Amino acid sequence: MTRAELARIIFEKVGLPKKEAQDIIEIILDTMKQTLAEGESVKITGFGTFNVRKKTPRRGRNPQTGEEMEISARRVITFKPSNILKSMIERHDDQGGQ
Amino acid sequence: MTRSELIEKVSERLEGFTLKQAEIIVETFFETLSEALSRGEKVELRGFGNFRIKTRNPRKARNPKTGQAVEVPGKRVVYFRTGKELRDLMNSKDG
Repeated sequence: MTRAELARIIFEKVGLPKKEAQDIIEIILDTMKQTLAEGESVKITGFGTFNVRKKTPRRGRNPQTGEEMEISARRVITFKPSNILKSMIERHDDQGGQ
Repeated sequence: MTRSELIEKVSERLEGFTLKQAEIIVETFFETLSEALSRGEKVELRGFGNFRIKTRNPRKARNPKTGQAVEVPGKRVVYFRTGKELRDLMNSKDG
């Protein structure tokens, strides 16, 4: 599913013009991005939590050249699905389990 | 930031919508994402990130207390990968 399909479904469910649905998706995602970039986590009840984790600098290797280098400190986002989402997803495995 | 704070922020940025309408839209957004994922669909939100479903195969394991062999059923789990734009944004400011 892409952004455009998401907009189409929201448009059908809420009766919002497609262009507007697209703009609103943009605003939702942008608001979450700005919050995460400030280092704050985003907790959406029923969906999941986006957390910001700090990684300390560490030594690594360039896998192509084998050269040793310092991997700088960085911030990464982790997503933890809510129990509701987890069980929604898990439940479907009976159809595909061989 | 919580869901209701997100709704507030979004409604401040939306012209001509009430808080209640913003709430319905934000809820529909996450509901639609959840439904797509539970159908096993991948969701690609360019600039933000991708959600995809990974299948864990059934496996044999042991109950560590009793040593008894048990069959762990396969399951599906959701996995999020941050998009490039957001990844860059996370590391553009000193944090």
